Amino acid sequence: MLKVEDLVVSYGGIEALKGISLDVPDGKIITLIGANGAGKSTLLRTIIGLVKPESGKISYNEKEITALNSQKIVTTGITLVPEGRRVFSNLTVLENLKIGAYMRNDKAEIEKDIEWIYGMFPRLQERNWQLAGTLSGGEQQMLAVGRALMCRPKLIMMDEPSLGLAPLVIKDIFRIIQEINAKGMTILLIEQNANMALKIADWAYVLETGRITMEGTGKELLENPQIREAYLGKKKK
Amino acid sequence: MEFFQAIFNMSAASFAQHMVNGISLGSLYAMIAIGYTMVYGILLMINFAHGDIVMMACYFAFFGITVFQIPWYLTFVGVIIATALLGVVIERTAYRPLRDAPKNSVLISAIGASFLLENLANYLFSGRPLRFPNIELLSQNIAIAGVQVQAISLVIPVVTMLCLVVLLHIVNHTKIGMSMRAVSKDYEIARVMGINIDNVISITFAIGSILAAIGAIMWGIRYPGITPLLGVMPGLKCFIAAVIGGIGNIKGAVLGGFILGLGEILIVAFFPQLSGYRDAFAFIVLIIILFYKPTGLLGEKTTEKV
Repeated sequence: MLKVEDLVVSYGGIEALKGISLDVPDGKIITLIGANGAGKSTLLRTIIGLVKPESGKISYNEKEITALNSQKIVTTGITLVPEGRRVFSNLTVLENLKIGAYMRNDKAEIEKDIEWIYGMFPRLQERNWQLAGTLSGGEQQMLAVGRALMCRPKLIMMDEPSLGLAPLVIKDIFRIIQEINAKGMTILLIEQNANMALKIADWAYVLETGRITMEGTGKELLENPQIREAYLGKKKK
Repeated sequence: MEFFQAIFNMSAASFAQHMVNGISLGSLYAMIAIGYTMVYGILLMINFAHGDIVMMACYFAFFGITVFQIPWYLTFVGVIIATALLGVVIERTAYRPLRDAPKNSVLISAIGASFLLENLANYLFSGRPLRFPNIELLSQNIAIAGVQVQAISLVIPVVTMLCLVVLLHIVNHTKIGMSMRAVSKDYEIARVMGINIDNVISITFAIGSILAAIGAIMWGIRYPGITPLLGVMPGLKCFIAAVIGGIGNIKGAVLGGFILGLGEILIVAFFPQLSGYRDAFAFIVLIIILFYKPTGLLGEKTTEKV
Protein backbone atom coordinates (compact mmCIF):
# COMPACT_ATOMS: atom_id res chain seq x y z
CA MET A 1 0.00 0.00 0.00
CA LEU A 2 1.13 3.49 -0.87
CA LYS A 3 0.62 5.95 1.96
CA VAL A 4 0.97 9.71 1.63
CA GLU A 5 0.90 11.73 4.86
CA ASP A 6 0.68 15.52 5.23
CA LEU A 7 2.57 16.14 2.02
CA VAL A 8 3.55 19.74 1.37
CA VAL A 9 5.23 20.64 -1.94
CA SER A 10 6.27 24.09 -3.12
CA TYR A 11 7.18 25.28 -6.58
CA GLY A 12 9.12 28.52 -6.64
CA GLY A 13 7.58 29.85 -3.46
CA ILE A 14 4.04 28.73 -4.25
CA GLU A 15 2.59 25.87 -2.26
CA ALA A 16 1.23 23.45 -4.85
CA LEU A 17 0.26 20.84 -2.27
CA LYS A 18 -0.78 22.08 1.16
CA GLY A 19 -0.72 18.99 3.31
CA ILE A 20 -2.21 16.01 1.52
CA SER A 21 -2.88 12.56 2.95
CA LEU A 22 -4.14 9.63 0.97
CA ASP A 23 -3.95 5.85 0.80
CA VAL A 24 -3.64 3.65 -2.25
CA PRO A 25 -4.39 0.08 -1.13
CA ASP A 26 -3.04 -2.85 -3.16
CA GLY A 27 -5.12 -4.14 -6.02
CA LYS A 28 -7.47 -1.17 -6.21
CA ILE A 29 -8.11 1.61 -8.69
CA ILE A 30 -7.80 4.91 -6.86
CA THR A 31 -8.78 8.04 -8.71
CA LEU A 32 -7.87 11.62 -8.06
CA ILE A 33 -9.96 14.24 -9.80
CA GLY A 34 -9.50 17.96 -9.82
CA ALA A 35 -9.34 21.00 -12.04
CA ASN A 36 -6.24 22.34 -13.79
CA GLY A 37 -3.70 23.60 -11.29
CA ALA A 38 -5.14 21.68 -8.38
CA GLY A 39 -1.79 19.95 -7.88
CA LYS A 40 -2.59 16.53 -9.32
CA SER A 41 0.52 16.16 -11.46
CA THR A 42 2.69 17.60 -8.70
CA LEU A 43 1.51 14.83 -6.40
CA LEU A 44 2.54 12.10 -8.86
CA ARG A 45 5.83 13.78 -9.64
CA THR A 46 6.59 13.96 -5.93
CA ILE A 47 5.72 10.32 -5.34
CA ILE A 48 8.06 9.20 -8.15
CA GLY A 49 10.85 11.43 -6.82
CA LEU A 50 11.08 14.04 -9.57
CA VAL A 51 10.10 16.75 -7.09
CA LYS A 52 11.24 16.88 -3.49
CA PRO A 53 8.56 17.68 -0.90
CA GLU A 54 8.96 20.38 1.71
CA SER A 55 7.50 18.22 4.43
CA GLY A 56 5.39 15.12 4.85
CA LYS A 57 6.00 11.46 4.30
CA ILE A 58 5.50 9.00 1.47
CA SER A 59 5.80 5.31 2.20
CA TYR A 60 5.27 2.22 0.11
CA ASN A 61 4.66 -1.13 1.80
CA GLU A 62 5.72 0.33 5.15
CA LYS A 63 9.02 1.55 3.70
CA GLU A 64 9.62 5.27 3.55
CA ILE A 65 10.49 6.44 0.03
CA THR A 66 10.26 10.22 0.53
CA ALA A 67 13.97 10.94 0.30
CA LEU A 68 14.85 8.35 -2.36
CA ASN A 69 15.71 9.30 -5.93
CA SER A 70 13.53 8.19 -8.83
CA GLN A 71 15.81 5.34 -9.74
CA LYS A 72 15.42 3.75 -6.30
CA ILE A 73 11.70 4.46 -6.11
CA VAL A 74 11.14 2.69 -9.42
CA THR A 75 12.87 -0.43 -8.08
CA THR A 76 10.23 -0.66 -5.35
CA GLY A 77 7.66 -1.37 -8.08
CA ILE A 78 6.11 2.05 -8.67
CA THR A 79 5.96 3.52 -12.15
CA LEU A 80 4.47 6.54 -13.86
CA VAL A 81 2.66 7.02 -17.15
CA PRO A 82 3.37 10.72 -17.47
CA GLU A 83 1.09 13.50 -18.55
CA GLY A 84 1.33 14.11 -22.28
CA ARG A 85 2.65 10.53 -22.73
CA ARG A 86 6.27 11.60 -23.21
CA VAL A 87 7.30 8.55 -25.18
CA PHE A 88 10.88 8.76 -26.47
CA SER A 89 10.01 10.08 -29.93
CA ASN A 90 13.54 9.45 -31.23
CA LEU A 91 13.40 5.77 -30.29
CA THR A 92 11.49 3.05 -32.10
CA VAL A 93 8.37 1.52 -30.61
CA LEU A 94 10.34 -1.60 -29.71
CA GLU A 95 13.12 0.44 -28.11
CA ASN A 96 10.57 2.35 -26.03
CA LEU A 97 9.32 -0.95 -24.66
CA LYS A 98 12.85 -2.20 -24.06
CA ILE A 99 13.81 0.92 -22.20
CA GLY A 100 10.81 0.38 -19.96
CA ALA A 101 12.56 -2.84 -18.93
CA TYR A 102 15.85 -1.00 -18.45
CA MET A 103 16.42 -2.32 -14.94
CA ARG A 104 15.63 -5.92 -15.76
CA ASN A 105 18.20 -8.42 -16.96
CA ASP A 106 16.00 -11.43 -17.66
CA LYS A 107 16.14 -11.36 -21.45
CA ALA A 108 13.76 -14.25 -22.08
CA GLU A 109 11.14 -12.78 -19.75
CA ILE A 110 11.50 -9.37 -21.36
CA GLU A 111 10.79 -10.95 -24.75
CA LYS A 112 7.68 -12.58 -23.29
CA ASP A 113 6.45 -9.30 -21.87
CA ILE A 114 6.96 -7.56 -25.20
CA GLU A 115 4.82 -10.29 -26.81
CA TRP A 116 2.22 -9.79 -24.08
CA ILE A 117 2.08 -6.03 -24.68
CA TYR A 118 1.91 -6.51 -28.44
CA GLY A 119 -0.98 -8.90 -27.82
CA MET A 120 -2.74 -6.21 -25.84
CA PHE A 121 -1.93 -3.46 -28.38
CA PRO A 122 -1.70 -5.03 -31.85
CA ARG A 123 -1.28 -1.55 -33.37
CA LEU A 124 2.06 -1.25 -31.63
CA GLN A 125 3.30 -4.51 -33.10
CA GLU A 126 2.45 -3.28 -36.60
CA ARG A 127 4.57 -0.24 -35.89
CA ASN A 128 7.37 -2.11 -34.15
CA TRP A 129 10.18 -0.41 -36.10
CA GLN A 130 8.64 3.01 -36.45
CA LEU A 131 9.94 5.92 -34.43
CA ALA A 132 7.56 6.61 -31.57
CA GLY A 133 7.31 10.24 -32.70
CA THR A 134 5.44 9.13 -35.82
CA LEU A 135 2.61 7.46 -33.89
CA SER A 136 -0.82 9.01 -33.38
CA GLY A 137 -1.74 10.38 -29.97
CA GLY A 138 -3.74 7.29 -29.04
CA GLU A 139 -0.95 4.95 -30.13
CA GLN A 140 1.55 6.98 -28.15
CA GLN A 141 -0.64 6.65 -25.08
CA MET A 142 -0.74 2.89 -25.57
CA LEU A 143 3.01 2.87 -25.94
CA ALA A 144 3.40 4.92 -22.76
CA VAL A 145 1.24 2.39 -20.90
CA GLY A 146 3.13 -0.52 -22.46
CA ARG A 147 6.47 1.04 -21.57
CA ALA A 148 5.35 1.42 -17.95
CA LEU A 149 4.19 -2.21 -17.84
CA MET A 150 7.59 -3.40 -19.04
CA CYS A 151 9.14 -2.82 -15.61
CA ARG A 152 6.56 -5.22 -14.10
CA PRO A 153 5.22 -2.63 -11.69
CA LYS A 154 3.01 -3.27 -8.71
CA LEU A 155 1.62 0.25 -8.74
CA ILE A 156 1.02 2.24 -11.92
CA MET A 157 0.33 5.95 -11.62
CA MET A 158 -1.35 7.46 -14.68
CA ASP A 159 -1.46 11.16 -15.29
CA GLU A 160 -4.42 12.12 -17.49
CA PRO A 161 -4.21 9.22 -19.92
CA SER A 162 -7.30 10.43 -21.79
CA LEU A 163 -5.95 13.92 -22.47
CA GLY A 164 -6.46 14.96 -26.07
CA LEU A 165 -7.69 11.60 -27.29
CA ALA A 166 -10.80 10.77 -29.31
CA PRO A 167 -13.74 9.37 -27.32
CA LEU A 168 -13.38 5.89 -28.85
CA VAL A 169 -9.70 5.78 -27.95
CA ILE A 170 -10.47 6.97 -24.42
CA LYS A 171 -12.87 4.06 -24.04
CA ASP A 172 -10.07 1.71 -25.11
CA ILE A 173 -7.67 3.22 -22.61
CA PHE A 174 -10.12 2.86 -19.74
CA ARG A 175 -10.83 -0.74 -20.73
CA ILE A 176 -7.09 -1.41 -20.62
CA ILE A 177 -6.74 0.23 -17.22
CA GLN A 178 -9.35 -2.17 -15.89
CA GLU A 179 -7.63 -5.11 -17.57
CA ILE A 180 -4.32 -4.22 -15.99
CA ASN A 181 -6.00 -3.84 -12.62
CA ALA A 182 -7.63 -7.25 -13.02
CA LYS A 183 -4.14 -8.69 -13.43
CA GLY A 184 -3.41 -7.55 -9.87
CA MET A 185 -1.75 -4.21 -10.45
CA THR A 186 -2.73 -1.23 -8.37
CA ILE A 187 -3.73 1.91 -10.25
CA LEU A 188 -3.51 5.51 -9.13
CA LEU A 189 -5.36 7.44 -11.80
CA ILE A 190 -5.47 11.17 -12.26
CA GLU A 191 -8.14 12.51 -14.54
CA GLN A 192 -10.05 15.55 -15.63
CA ASN A 193 -12.45 13.21 -17.35
CA ALA A 194 -14.19 12.75 -14.02
CA ASN A 195 -17.15 10.81 -15.32
CA MET A 196 -15.19 7.86 -16.70
CA ALA A 197 -12.57 7.95 -13.98
CA LEU A 198 -15.13 7.78 -11.18
CA LYS A 199 -16.99 4.96 -12.88
CA ILE A 200 -14.01 2.61 -12.64
CA ALA A 201 -12.66 3.87 -9.30
CA ASP A 202 -12.82 1.83 -6.12
CA TRP A 203 -12.09 4.95 -4.13
CA ALA A 204 -11.71 8.52 -5.23
CA TYR A 205 -10.30 11.79 -3.93
CA VAL A 206 -11.14 15.30 -5.01
CA LEU A 207 -8.22 17.71 -5.07
CA GLU A 208 -8.83 21.46 -5.03
CA THR A 209 -5.96 23.99 -5.00
CA GLY A 210 -3.59 21.77 -3.09
CA ARG A 211 -6.05 20.25 -0.63
CA ILE A 212 -8.17 17.14 -0.62
CA THR A 213 -11.72 18.35 -0.19
CA MET A 214 -13.72 15.18 -0.57
CA GLU A 215 -13.33 11.44 -0.78
CA GLY A 216 -15.53 8.41 -1.19
CA THR A 217 -16.24 5.49 -3.45
CA GLY A 218 -16.45 6.29 -7.12
CA LYS A 219 -20.18 5.72 -7.05
CA GLU A 220 -20.74 8.04 -4.10
CA LEU A 221 -18.88 10.88 -5.73
CA LEU A 222 -20.66 10.33 -9.04
CA GLU A 223 -23.94 10.89 -7.24
CA ASN A 224 -22.75 13.79 -5.14
CA PRO A 225 -24.52 16.97 -6.33
CA GLN A 226 -21.49 19.21 -5.75
CA ILE A 227 -19.28 16.93 -7.81
CA ARG A 228 -21.92 16.66 -10.50
CA GLU A 229 -22.02 20.41 -10.82
CA ALA A 230 -18.29 21.13 -10.57
CA TYR A 231 -16.81 18.23 -12.54
CA LEU A 232 -19.53 16.55 -14.53
CA GLY A 233 -21.15 19.64 -15.94
CA LYS A 234 -24.59 18.73 -14.64
CA LYS A 235 -26.90 21.17 -12.94
CA LYS A 236 -28.34 20.47 -9.52
CA LYS A 237 -31.87 19.15 -9.80
CA MET B 1 36.28 32.74 -64.57
CA GLU B 2 39.18 33.00 -62.23
CA PHE B 3 37.91 29.90 -60.46
CA PHE B 4 37.89 27.76 -63.60
CA GLN B 5 41.27 29.03 -64.63
CA ALA B 6 42.60 28.01 -61.24
CA ILE B 7 41.21 24.51 -61.71
CA PHE B 8 42.58 24.17 -65.23
CA ASN B 9 45.97 25.36 -64.17
CA MET B 10 46.18 22.67 -61.53
CA SER B 11 47.65 19.32 -62.43
CA ALA B 12 45.81 16.14 -61.51
CA ALA B 13 48.60 15.22 -59.13
CA SER B 14 48.47 18.41 -57.14
CA PHE B 15 44.67 18.30 -57.11
CA ALA B 16 44.86 14.79 -55.64
CA GLN B 17 47.35 16.07 -53.12
CA HIS B 18 44.99 18.83 -52.00
CA MET B 19 42.10 16.39 -51.80
CA VAL B 20 44.09 14.08 -49.53
CA ASN B 21 45.01 17.03 -47.31
CA GLY B 22 41.45 18.26 -47.24
CA ILE B 23 39.99 14.88 -46.41
CA SER B 24 42.46 14.29 -43.63
CA LEU B 25 41.87 17.74 -42.12
CA GLY B 26 38.13 17.18 -42.47
CA SER B 27 38.46 13.84 -40.67
CA LEU B 28 40.29 15.51 -37.80
CA TYR B 29 37.58 18.15 -37.52
CA ALA B 30 34.97 15.40 -37.60
CA MET B 31 36.60 13.50 -34.72
CA ILE B 32 36.54 16.57 -32.52
CA ALA B 33 33.14 17.82 -33.67
CA ILE B 34 31.51 14.55 -32.56
CA GLY B 35 32.44 15.37 -28.97
CA TYR B 36 30.67 18.74 -29.14
CA THR B 37 27.60 17.28 -30.72
CA MET B 38 27.24 14.36 -28.29
CA VAL B 39 27.54 16.54 -25.21
CA TYR B 40 25.11 19.04 -26.69
CA GLY B 41 22.69 16.24 -27.51
CA ILE B 42 22.52 15.21 -23.89
CA LEU B 43 23.14 18.33 -21.81
CA LEU B 44 22.07 21.01 -24.32
CA MET B 45 25.30 22.85 -23.58
CA ILE B 46 28.46 23.65 -25.51
CA ASN B 47 31.44 22.06 -23.81
CA PHE B 48 33.88 24.88 -24.47
CA ALA B 49 36.63 22.91 -22.76
CA HIS B 50 36.51 20.27 -25.52
CA GLY B 51 39.17 21.98 -27.66
CA ASP B 52 41.40 22.19 -24.61
CA ILE B 53 40.92 18.50 -23.96
CA VAL B 54 42.46 17.99 -27.41
CA MET B 55 45.38 20.20 -26.35
CA MET B 56 45.90 18.26 -23.11
CA ALA B 57 45.90 14.98 -25.03
CA CYS B 58 48.76 16.32 -27.19
CA TYR B 59 50.77 17.14 -24.06
CA PHE B 60 50.01 13.71 -22.60
CA ALA B 61 51.45 12.15 -25.77
CA PHE B 62 54.51 14.42 -25.62
CA PHE B 63 55.22 13.44 -22.02
CA GLY B 64 54.65 9.75 -22.66
CA ILE B 65 56.92 9.46 -25.66
CA THR B 66 59.47 12.28 -25.44
CA VAL B 67 59.87 12.62 -21.69
CA PHE B 68 59.17 9.14 -20.31
CA GLN B 69 60.34 7.27 -23.42
CA ILE B 70 57.36 4.92 -23.44
CA PRO B 71 56.83 3.23 -26.84
CA TRP B 72 54.42 5.29 -28.94
CA TYR B 73 51.72 2.63 -29.26
CA LEU B 74 51.59 2.16 -25.48
CA THR B 75 51.61 5.90 -24.96
CA PHE B 76 48.65 6.28 -27.30
CA VAL B 77 46.62 3.82 -25.25
CA GLY B 78 47.57 5.71 -22.11
CA VAL B 79 46.70 9.05 -23.73
CA ILE B 80 43.26 7.79 -24.68
CA ILE B 81 42.58 6.56 -21.14
CA ALA B 82 43.95 9.71 -19.48
CA THR B 83 41.96 11.98 -21.79
CA ALA B 84 38.75 10.05 -21.17
CA LEU B 85 39.33 10.47 -17.43
CA LEU B 86 40.01 14.17 -17.88
CA GLY B 87 36.72 14.60 -19.74
CA VAL B 88 34.82 12.76 -17.00
CA VAL B 89 36.53 14.77 -14.25
CA ILE B 90 35.65 18.05 -15.98
CA GLU B 91 32.04 16.95 -16.23
CA ARG B 92 31.88 15.95 -12.58
CA THR B 93 33.53 19.06 -11.18
CA ALA B 94 32.43 21.82 -13.56
CA TYR B 95 29.05 20.67 -14.91
CA ARG B 96 27.42 18.15 -12.58
CA PRO B 97 27.09 20.52 -9.58
CA LEU B 98 25.14 22.83 -11.90
CA ARG B 99 22.73 20.18 -13.17
CA ASP B 100 19.65 22.05 -11.95
CA ALA B 101 21.08 25.53 -12.53
CA PRO B 102 20.10 27.74 -15.48
CA LYS B 103 21.74 26.86 -18.81
CA ASN B 104 23.78 30.08 -18.79
CA SER B 105 25.56 29.12 -15.57
CA VAL B 106 26.73 25.85 -17.10
CA LEU B 107 27.90 27.65 -20.22
CA ILE B 108 29.95 30.08 -18.14
CA SER B 109 31.34 27.19 -16.15
CA ALA B 110 32.40 25.60 -19.45
CA ILE B 111 34.23 28.76 -20.47
CA GLY B 112 35.88 28.75 -17.04
CA ALA B 113 36.96 25.14 -17.45
CA SER B 114 38.43 26.04 -20.84
CA PHE B 115 40.45 28.96 -19.43
CA LEU B 116 41.55 26.87 -16.48
CA LEU B 117 42.97 24.15 -18.75
CA GLU B 118 44.70 26.67 -21.02
CA ASN B 119 46.32 28.51 -18.13
CA LEU B 120 47.16 25.31 -16.32
CA ALA B 121 48.98 24.11 -19.42
CA ASN B 122 50.71 27.44 -19.75
CA TYR B 123 51.82 27.24 -16.11
CA LEU B 124 52.86 23.60 -16.13
CA PHE B 125 54.34 23.23 -19.60
CA SER B 126 55.22 26.87 -20.38
CA GLY B 127 53.97 28.71 -23.45
CA ARG B 128 57.00 27.73 -25.49
CA PRO B 129 55.92 25.45 -28.36
CA LEU B 130 56.93 21.83 -27.96
CA ARG B 131 57.34 19.39 -30.77
CA PHE B 132 54.93 16.48 -30.97
CA PRO B 133 57.04 13.29 -30.94
CA ASN B 134 58.01 12.15 -34.39
CA ILE B 135 56.77 8.69 -35.29
CA GLU B 136 58.67 7.69 -38.39
CA LEU B 137 56.18 5.03 -39.46
CA LEU B 138 53.32 7.54 -39.58
CA SER B 139 55.02 10.77 -40.56
CA GLN B 140 57.06 9.44 -43.47
CA ASN B 141 56.22 10.55 -46.98
CA ILE B 142 55.00 7.96 -49.39
CA ALA B 143 54.39 8.28 -53.10
CA ILE B 144 51.27 6.87 -54.67
CA ALA B 145 50.95 7.31 -58.44
CA GLY B 146 53.24 10.30 -58.36
CA VAL B 147 51.41 11.96 -55.46
CA GLN B 148 53.56 12.58 -52.42
CA VAL B 149 51.59 12.23 -49.18
CA GLN B 150 52.38 11.73 -45.54
CA ALA B 151 51.37 8.29 -44.34
CA ILE B 152 49.32 9.85 -41.54
CA SER B 153 47.14 11.66 -44.09
CA LEU B 154 45.97 8.28 -45.32
CA VAL B 155 45.65 6.81 -41.82
CA ILE B 156 43.50 9.67 -40.51
CA PRO B 157 40.41 9.09 -42.71
CA VAL B 158 40.56 5.33 -42.15
CA VAL B 159 40.77 5.69 -38.36
CA THR B 160 38.01 8.27 -38.42
CA MET B 161 35.69 6.01 -40.39
CA LEU B 162 36.43 3.08 -38.07
CA CYS B 163 35.67 5.23 -35.03
CA LEU B 164 32.46 6.44 -36.63
CA VAL B 165 31.28 2.90 -37.38
CA VAL B 166 31.99 1.78 -33.82
CA LEU B 167 30.36 4.89 -32.37
CA LEU B 168 27.20 4.55 -34.46
CA HIS B 169 26.97 0.93 -33.45
CA ILE B 170 27.23 1.84 -29.77
CA VAL B 171 24.68 4.63 -30.06
CA ASN B 172 22.14 2.77 -32.19
CA HIS B 173 22.45 -0.85 -31.19
CA THR B 174 23.47 -1.17 -27.55
CA LYS B 175 21.64 -0.68 -24.29
CA ILE B 176 23.92 2.14 -23.21
CA GLY B 177 23.41 3.85 -26.59
CA MET B 178 19.66 3.49 -26.21
CA SER B 179 19.81 5.09 -22.78
CA MET B 180 21.95 7.92 -24.18
CA ARG B 181 19.33 8.65 -26.80
CA ALA B 182 16.58 8.45 -24.19
CA VAL B 183 18.37 10.82 -21.81
CA SER B 184 18.97 13.27 -24.65
CA LYS B 185 15.26 13.33 -25.43
CA ASP B 186 13.76 13.51 -21.94
CA TYR B 187 15.97 13.06 -18.91
CA GLU B 188 13.11 13.21 -16.42
CA ILE B 189 11.31 10.28 -17.94
CA ALA B 190 14.64 8.51 -18.44
CA ARG B 191 15.03 8.74 -14.65
CA VAL B 192 11.57 7.27 -14.19
CA MET B 193 12.68 4.34 -16.37
CA GLY B 194 15.39 3.72 -13.78
CA ILE B 195 18.26 5.09 -15.88
CA ASN B 196 21.08 6.62 -13.86
CA ILE B 197 21.46 9.76 -15.93
CA ASP B 198 24.68 10.82 -14.22
CA ASN B 199 26.33 7.62 -15.41
CA VAL B 200 25.00 8.08 -18.93
CA ILE B 201 26.37 11.64 -19.00
CA SER B 202 29.77 10.45 -17.72
CA ILE B 203 29.92 7.81 -20.43
CA THR B 204 29.02 10.41 -23.04
CA PHE B 205 31.90 12.62 -21.90
CA ALA B 206 34.23 9.64 -21.86
CA ILE B 207 33.33 8.69 -25.44
CA GLY B 208 33.63 12.28 -26.67
CA SER B 209 37.02 12.60 -24.98
CA ILE B 210 38.27 9.29 -26.37
CA LEU B 211 37.48 10.53 -29.89
CA ALA B 212 39.15 13.86 -29.03
CA ALA B 213 42.24 11.97 -27.85
CA ILE B 214 42.47 9.91 -31.03
CA GLY B 215 41.92 13.09 -33.03
CA ALA B 216 44.57 14.90 -30.99
CA ILE B 217 47.18 12.20 -31.57
CA MET B 218 46.60 12.28 -35.31
CA TRP B 219 46.51 16.08 -35.23
CA GLY B 220 49.86 16.13 -33.44
CA ILE B 221 51.50 13.84 -35.97
CA ARG B 222 50.12 15.91 -38.84
CA TYR B 223 50.72 19.37 -37.31
CA PRO B 224 53.49 18.81 -34.73
CA GLY B 225 53.60 22.15 -32.85
CA ILE B 226 52.09 21.90 -29.35
CA THR B 227 51.14 25.05 -27.43
CA PRO B 228 48.66 25.68 -24.59
CA LEU B 229 46.34 27.46 -27.02
CA LEU B 230 46.55 24.73 -29.62
CA GLY B 231 42.95 23.67 -29.01
CA VAL B 232 41.30 27.07 -29.39
CA MET B 233 41.01 27.42 -33.16
CA PRO B 234 40.28 23.75 -33.92
CA GLY B 235 37.83 23.79 -31.01
CA LEU B 236 35.95 26.74 -32.47
CA LYS B 237 35.94 25.30 -35.96
CA CYS B 238 34.78 21.89 -34.79
CA PHE B 239 32.00 23.51 -32.80
CA ILE B 240 31.03 25.30 -36.01
CA ALA B 241 31.25 21.99 -37.89
CA ALA B 242 28.81 20.49 -35.39
CA VAL B 243 26.42 23.41 -35.82
CA ILE B 244 26.65 23.26 -39.62
CA GLY B 245 25.80 19.57 -39.61
CA GLY B 246 22.98 20.05 -37.12
CA ILE B 247 24.10 20.02 -33.52
CA GLY B 248 23.11 16.90 -31.65
CA ASN B 249 23.44 14.79 -34.80
CA ILE B 250 26.58 12.63 -35.02
CA LYS B 251 26.55 12.13 -38.78
CA GLY B 252 25.92 15.85 -39.12
CA ALA B 253 29.06 16.63 -37.13
CA VAL B 254 31.09 14.40 -39.44
CA LEU B 255 29.56 16.02 -42.52
CA GLY B 256 30.25 19.48 -41.09
CA GLY B 257 33.83 18.51 -40.31
CA PHE B 258 34.45 17.36 -43.86
CA ILE B 259 32.84 20.47 -45.37
CA LEU B 260 35.09 22.74 -43.31
CA GLY B 261 38.27 20.72 -43.74
CA LEU B 262 37.92 20.23 -47.48
CA GLY B 263 36.65 23.76 -48.05
CA GLU B 264 39.50 25.33 -46.13
CA ILE B 265 42.19 23.40 -47.99
CA LEU B 266 40.66 23.73 -51.45
CA ILE B 267 40.03 27.47 -51.18
CA VAL B 268 43.65 28.05 -50.28
CA ALA B 269 44.73 25.66 -53.04
CA PHE B 270 42.73 27.38 -55.76
CA PHE B 271 43.12 30.93 -54.51
CA PRO B 272 46.49 31.25 -52.81
CA GLN B 273 45.87 34.98 -52.47
CA LEU B 274 43.01 34.17 -50.07
CA SER B 275 45.15 32.10 -47.74
CA GLY B 276 45.05 34.87 -45.13
CA TYR B 277 41.30 34.29 -44.90
CA ARG B 278 41.69 30.59 -44.29
CA ASP B 279 40.27 30.70 -40.78
CA ALA B 280 37.46 33.00 -41.84
CA PHE B 281 36.08 30.33 -44.16
CA ALA B 282 34.47 28.36 -41.31
CA PHE B 283 32.74 31.42 -39.94
CA ILE B 284 31.42 32.48 -43.33
CA VAL B 285 30.00 29.01 -43.93
CA LEU B 286 28.44 29.16 -40.45
CA ILE B 287 26.73 32.46 -41.18
CA ILE B 288 25.39 31.21 -44.50
CA ILE B 289 24.08 27.96 -43.02
CA LEU B 290 22.50 29.68 -40.04
CA PHE B 291 20.81 32.04 -42.44
CA TYR B 292 19.29 29.42 -44.72
CA LYS B 293 19.03 26.37 -42.47
CA PRO B 294 19.22 27.32 -38.80
CA THR B 295 18.90 23.71 -37.60
CA GLY B 296 21.93 22.66 -39.63
CA LEU B 297 22.20 20.40 -42.67
CA LEU B 298 21.07 17.18 -40.98
CA GLY B 299 19.37 18.76 -37.98
CA GLU B 300 15.77 17.79 -37.41
CA LYS B 301 12.97 20.16 -36.90
CA THR B 302 11.54 19.63 -33.48
CA THR B 303 8.02 18.36 -33.79
CA GLU B 304 6.00 17.44 -30.79
CA LYS B 305 2.61 15.92 -30.41
CA VAL B 306 0.67 17.19 -27.47
